This record gives sequence, C-alpha cells and structure tokens, in this order.
Amino acid sequence: MVKQDIVVVNKSGLHARPASNLVKAASKFKSDITILFQEKVINVKSLLNVLSAGIVCGTEITLVCDGEDEQEALKTLTEMIESGLGE
Amino acid sequence: MKKGITASKGYAIGKVMVKSQQEIKITDESISDIETEKEKFLLAVEESKAQLEKLKEQAAQSMGEEQAEIFETHIMMLEDREFIDAIISEIENNHVNALKAISQVSSFFIAQFEAIEDEYLRERAADLKDITNRLMANLTGNQTDFKIEEENIVVVAHDLTPSDTAQLDKDKVIAFLTDVGSRTSHSAIMARTLEIPAVVGMGDISSSVKNGDMVIVDGFTGTVIINPGNDELEIYKKKIKEYQEELKELKKLVSCETRTKAGKRIYVAGNIGKPEDIYQVIENGGDGIGLFRTEFLYMDRDTAPSEEEQFESYRFVLEKMGDKKVVIRTLDIGGDKTLPYMDLPKEMNPFLGYRAIRLCLDQKELFKTQLRALLRASVYGNLSVMFPMISGLQEFLAAMKIVEECKKELDVSGIPYSKDIEWGIMIEIPAAAICADELAQYVDFFSIGTNDLIQYTLAVDRMSEKVSYIYNPMHPAVLRLIKMTIDGAHKYGKWVGMCGEMAGDETAIPILVEYGLDEFSMSASSILPAKKIIMGL
Repeated sequence: MVKQDIVVVNKSGLHARPASNLVKAASKFKSDITILFQEKVINVKSLLNVLSAGIVCGTEITLVCDGEDEQEALKTLTEMIESGLGE
Repeated sequence: MKKGITASKGYAIGKVMVKSQQEIKITDESISDIETEKEKFLLAVEESKAQLEKLKEQAAQSMGEEQAEIFETHIMMLEDREFIDAIISEIENNHVNALKAISQVSSFFIAQFEAIEDEYLRERAADLKDITNRLMANLTGNQTDFKIEEENIVVVAHDLTPSDTAQLDKDKVIAFLTDVGSRTSHSAIMARTLEIPAVVGMGDISSSVKNGDMVIVDGFTGTVIINPGNDELEIYKKKIKEYQEELKELKKLVSCETRTKAGKRIYVAGNIGKPEDIYQVIENGGDGIGLFRTEFLYMDRDTAPSEEEQFESYRFVLEKMGDKKVVIRTLDIGGDKTLPYMDLPKEMNPFLGYRAIRLCLDQKELFKTQLRALLRASVYGNLSVMFPMISGLQEFLAAMKIVEECKKELDVSGIPYSKDIEWGIMIEIPAAAICADELAQYVDFFSIGTNDLIQYTLAVDRMSEKVSYIYNPMHPAVLRLIKMTIDGAHKYGKWVGMCGEMAGDETAIPILVEYGLDEFSMSASSILPAKKIIMGL
C-alpha cells in the first residue's frame, strides 16, 4: 500500500469533467484506489463517489493505492491531479 | 411580474406549456423472482445508456462537443459499479423491487450531493436525478418524450434536465422558465448555446402559470410578465423588433468584405483554441484564422502529441478554411502548467521564464515534431506560422534554422510541403516592438499579442486584483509600441495583425485602423461588431 498527499488545483474542484478523467484513469489499474478526505474513504473508481465527495479547489487529499501496480498507479494519478486533470 | 436568475439573454412573447413531473409510483412490493427482476434492471440500464449515446450525438450536432460531454458523464454514472452493485444488492439480498431499489440507492447518493456546500458541485445532483428518472422510466416502459406541437411555446417546468433541454425543438420553443436552477446548471448553459432566452431559479413559476397563458420573457433582466396588458405587450414587441434588427444588421456583415470608408481592405479574423471552433468563425464571416492556439494538443494527456495527430488537426483547419489565411502559433506553454511528459522547471517567475519559443528551441525534438506536422499540412490550405514570445532576431533565426532542417528531412523522404508558407512572429515582448524595424527585414509578418504586451510593458498582472487597474490597453506607452511595430513592418512591406483582446475592443479599433493595422483577429462572437465599426470609419 502506498500513499501521497496532494492538493487539488482545479478552480471548480473535482466536478464532472476532471472527476471523469480521474475515474477513467484510475479504472485502468488493478490496485484499489481510494482517496482519504475529511474522514471519508472515497473509491476513486466510482464517479458518484468522487463527485459526491465535494472536493473543492485547494483541498488536500491523500491518495492511497493498494495492489500489484500500486507504484505506477500512485505516480500516474498523482501527476494527473497535480497538473489539474486536464483543465 | 415575476423575477428569477437570468440564464440566457433575449426576449420572447409566447404561450406557456407546462412540463409536469413524471409521476412514477414506487411500491414496497417485495419480489420473489430475483433473477427476472435483476435482468429487468440491467436491461433498463442498457436501454438508458443507448438513449444517452443518441442524445450525446444529437447534442454534439446541435450544440457542440462541450455540451454533449454532459451525457458522457451520465453514461459514466450508469457504469459506476458502486451504484449498480448497490441496487443489485438491494434486489438480491432484500428482495426489494427494482424500482424501489433504484430510488433508494439514488436518494442516498443525491443526499450526499445536496450536502455539499459548493454550488457548482451541488448542481451535479441534478445529473443523478436525471439518470435516475430515465432508469425508472425505462423500467416501467414509460420513457416518453415531451412532444411540442405548436409554435412560439415557452416551456415552464420545475426543472429541466439536460436530456429535456437537449430535446427541445428549437423551432417551436422560444424560451423556457424553471423553478430551480442557477446560471451554472446544465439547462442554463444549454439555453445560451441554443440562443433562446431563459430565466431560472424563479421559485414557483411552474405553479403560477397554466397551459395557454401568455408570457413575456425578458432574458436580459430575468423578468417574466404573465398575461401582460396591451401596454406591456407593445413595449416588448418594440424591444424584440429593435433587438432583431440589431442582430440582422450584424448578420448582413457576415459575407461583407470589410473596408474602411476610404476603401482600405481590413481583414477581420478569428482566434481559435481547438479545430471545432472554426465553425463559429466561419458562421460569423471571419476572413480567416488570425490565431490558432496549438496548446490543446499538448494538454490533457500523458505523452506528447505525435506528428500524425498534430498533422490531422492542422490539416482539418486548413482544409475547412479553403483559401483563407490560417495563422498557426507554435507551442506557447510554460512552467505555470504541469505537463507530465515535459520536465518543466518550477520557477519563481514562470511568465518570464522557460516557456514558448525558449522551451521549443531547447526541446528540439518536440519542436521539430510540430514543425514537420505543420509543413506537411501546409499543402492543404493557406498556412502562416508564427513563433510566440520572440525577444530578438537571434531567436527567430534559430527557429528558422530548425525549420530548414525539417524541410531537408521531408525532401529526403519525398514528402511535399507548400513553398508559400509565411513565417512570422508574435510581438508581445516590448523589446520586439522596439526593434520591430530590424525584425521586419527577416520575418513575413507580425501579430501583436496585446494581452502579454500590455502586461510586460506596464509590469502588471491583470489577474492580480489589487493592481489590475493598471492594465490599460490605451496607455500611451502601449499605443506607441503598437505604432512602432506597425511602422517598422510597413517600412519593409510586411503586414501586421493583432490577436490580443484589444483587437476586438470597440474603443481601440478606430485608433488601430488609423495606425494602419492590417488584420484584426478576435473571438468569433466579436467579429461582426468589429466589422461594423471598421466599415463606419
């Protein structure tokens, strides 16, 4: 299991478009991908989970990856989130 | 008279048609045949996805790719395993009927959305409600479409889901009103794209009117007058006439060759950020593309765009524009963005640092890929290429040396490229404006990037609230630099365009015409007003 603290930079937070990009990317990995945020554990492969978490700009989240490709998943997804998930 | 939030401007006088909430009866009936119930549910999911795919296509055609993306999100929600599995679990483990299971699970998620403080994110609950309704309607075989037979209809509803709005017959519906919603709700965004007036967040409009009522909708002020008197009708009929005249006047200019009263031909072109944007430019009668930003090719991905990909995008635009000039700007990106495949340094002053042409001259392979794609695409249309952020002659010459390398490579492979490509630069760094007459001897054209030119000249960040007042396109220093640029270029017979916001600025246009600016490039929606102004000078 590996983890990384990241700050969300998207101006409107994790709304539909960036959230969709994140979920699509996370779904490609075999590992379990979750985000820890305000005592909630969010399944990153579920769009509804990510959207309903209400993560706004400037929020610090902890990305956790657990599984055979956890290193790669952590690196790729961290970079994606740090660079604004395509916005 | 009722008020609400203006979602889309315009005026409408029409007849009300109320869209009622679909009443789907949910019972507590428990089921014994689990397999059948599960299958029924999964079938409804598949039907819903198929309908959404069709809506996505429809929306892409009538409103553009961006609006169609909403349906992509809906489809992804229907593929969300947690959502689907939760419903199946209710059916299997608690013997709940599918309709109730959907309703329960959906309510759970909707409650979570509605608890979010941020308005924009909270609005996403509407998306979930939309797909829930669709699922339930498909399950009960009640998927009906809101059929409108008459014309000049003002649709009134508690809320309009994206699916509802996407299906509105633009020929018959002239406005819509809703009880809930905000400027950022999907339906508001769609109204603006459809260009019909809409007022949302009205509170109780759906229960304040009935079918057949006449209403005046003022999308500018967010006002609605129900069953207006003759005076009010007259006032608004006049307003509508004036507004339509204005629009018509502007539309006339679409195919006009823009000339000043003295007869000088001025080119009014469009700025685009992605290939699809050209449709709006063409619709508004643009003389060409004055700035095709290529950054979109590099953003949103894990690897650099291939030569093929780039080639396809450039070719698409060149072909569609026919013989009209298309000015493409090479990669203009820097440390303020993070691209996973580019090692961009973290700088204190990214806007004064490693970006644009500096980055390209350093990352030669990346630059060559773009240049080769541009060269190959040049045979399909009328191409001009410009380099951003040029600070001096050496940079331009260095870039052209790399262009020559690419040309030689293509020659060896027997791949053709146009011999008529113009090679120019953006004037955005003051040094370039000041040395314009030197640069003009080597380049084919200039394009003035006023957004950055003004910031660099006045040393101001226009996004910084406390100092943004200093940002002033009409500052004498800025005007002098612009004049210097134009004079320098014309001395050597080269043309000058402008692609910054100032090109579409009403107060600036007369002065720029006087200075001799040859081409004005701006966002598509500003083209017709600009043409009007120039033709009146």
